[in-house]
Amino acid sequence: MTGSHLAKLAQAAALAAAIAAVAVMPQEVEIFDLMQYTLFAAMAILALSLGFIWGFGGILSFGQTAFFGLGAYAYAVAAINFGDSTGAVALAVLVPAGFALVLGYFMFYGRISDVYLGVITLTVTLILFNLVNSTAGDEYRIGAAALGGFNGMPSIPGLNAPGNPDYVLDPEELWFVTGGALILVYVLLRLLLASRFGRVAVAIRENETRAALLGYDPRLTKLAVFVVGGGIAGLAGCLYANWGAFVSPTIFSLALSAEIIIWVTVGGLGTLIGPVIGCVLIQYLVAQIGTQQAFNSNLVLGVILIAFVLLLRKGLVPTAQDLGGRLIALLRRRAGRTAESLGALKEAE
Amino acid sequence: MTTPVPLLETQALTMRFGGVTAVSEVDFTLREAELRCLIGPNGAGKSTFFKMLTGQLAPSAGTIMFRGRPVAGASPHEIARLGVGIKTQVPNVFNGLSVRENIWLGARRTHTPLRTAAVVDEVLEKIRLAAQARTLVGQLSHGQRQWVEIGTVIAADPELILLDEPAAGMTHDEVLRTAELIREINQSRALVVVEHDMQFIRMIARTVTVFHQGRVLMEDAVDAVLRDPRVRDVYLGKKVAA
Repeated sequence: MTGSHLAKLAQAAALAAAIAAVAVMPQEVEIFDLMQYTLFAAMAILALSLGFIWGFGGILSFGQTAFFGLGAYAYAVAAINFGDSTGAVALAVLVPAGFALVLGYFMFYGRISDVYLGVITLTVTLILFNLVNSTAGDEYRIGAAALGGFNGMPSIPGLNAPGNPDYVLDPEELWFVTGGALILVYVLLRLLLASRFGRVAVAIRENETRAALLGYDPRLTKLAVFVVGGGIAGLAGCLYANWGAFVSPTIFSLALSAEIIIWVTVGGLGTLIGPVIGCVLIQYLVAQIGTQQAFNSNLVLGVILIAFVLLLRKGLVPTAQDLGGRLIALLRRRAGRTAESLGALKEAE
Repeated sequence: MTTPVPLLETQALTMRFGGVTAVSEVDFTLREAELRCLIGPNGAGKSTFFKMLTGQLAPSAGTIMFRGRPVAGASPHEIARLGVGIKTQVPNVFNGLSVRENIWLGARRTHTPLRTAAVVDEVLEKIRLAAQARTLVGQLSHGQRQWVEIGTVIAADPELILLDEPAAGMTHDEVLRTAELIREINQSRALVVVEHDMQFIRMIARTVTVFHQGRVLMEDAVDAVLRDPRVRDVYLGKKVAA
């Protein structure tokens, strides 16, 4: 059996374990914890969206929350108007993806450098924050849905069974949907990265000039990566809105934008599982800190970010992979030496 | 009788950077399946000429025709899709990817998935890196990385291949192999090769074009060019009465 076979087998086993974990979780933990994990899973999807466009497309978006927030608001407005969440979920993905298409078109086809791309995405998030923040009052409504300005939109209708508005999901079912969506997004991104499109996207991240000289269009590929990332962030926003049945302009805030970047940095840029692990670990940590008064959570987040940037630049998952690889090489060398000395002993006899 | 359309033809091709004219009114014609060498001292405009041919720079004036089709000012990926491949002067490879992945990316755009696998294996044999197929390109020697780049270019099977200093930084054996590879490619494809190494030029060239200060100084058979006192003077930095 070759190394790649082994790796595939390990991946399949990990996937099966993840599906099993989602399936049995409700029996194992209290409902309060389950809702907490539902939130983590929704945020992990958001982390995946940045992990994908940054780690594999080389696009550092400081404003992934723009798409996250748009997804949440699109869901809320559509669900209130339709009275059925089926179409609302689709819109929660399509609206942010469409917005990413327009924004990305101007950024990539306008040949904007990477630094300005960060600035623009950051600014767009702030603009959306201010825009939505100033929609308080009854005159700001889309159909039956009042946007509510800084008060946000309370009591958003929850997810229902597809096409059946009378069957609204309970928290346990919402966990299955959110955890399932996380696994599904992860698997789809894995498949996308193994496809021609994904391999070309990585090549463009590595060397844009070379990719263009081989006949690949860097602008179109980057735009496609950005749109996929926007759609995934929108889905995360939809699930987040469902978790709390509430959405407010703080969803566009800088604090969250910065936190996603910390999740990806801590977990490991250039991997898919890294951002998920980083997101869950840090959210768990922040939640624990929130239960006691000794430390300020922002202070701790800042220290973690600095520690990782200075000491563990690659992040948790790539560092673990490096260590694992070294350990295997060491064991192999040991085994080789033992075999050699055994051979020498035999010859001596 | 009508003259056949040349594979590549430039007319009065000019590139100005501010007040500096890097390439000045170059008329250049290349026949199908021709192998041409381009020589000239540093700063003669060879690499700038290549950058215009591949769309990395838009010419200030003049035309570029590829099989009778104007391509001046088109994007690099558009020109590449017409069948122009280039190995640039500074190795331009995917350093963070394996040798096989580099070649795969070259091959996949023009071949079906099934054919791609076969092409990748063929190219790996040709550039003698089959044993290092899984190695990251960034870990290879300079000469080997040059080969990887040539490999990604030929994997796409372009009609015209431009090689900017393909033998730079190679050992003697590697240079010999590269010359062999170029002759092999030339059996079916046209090439333009920029090189400083005169021994290498003698190994591969028939016709040589000499660039000097952005203009074509002369264009003749290899022996005639290398015998010409003006060419020697240009390389020694003397003033040439052209």
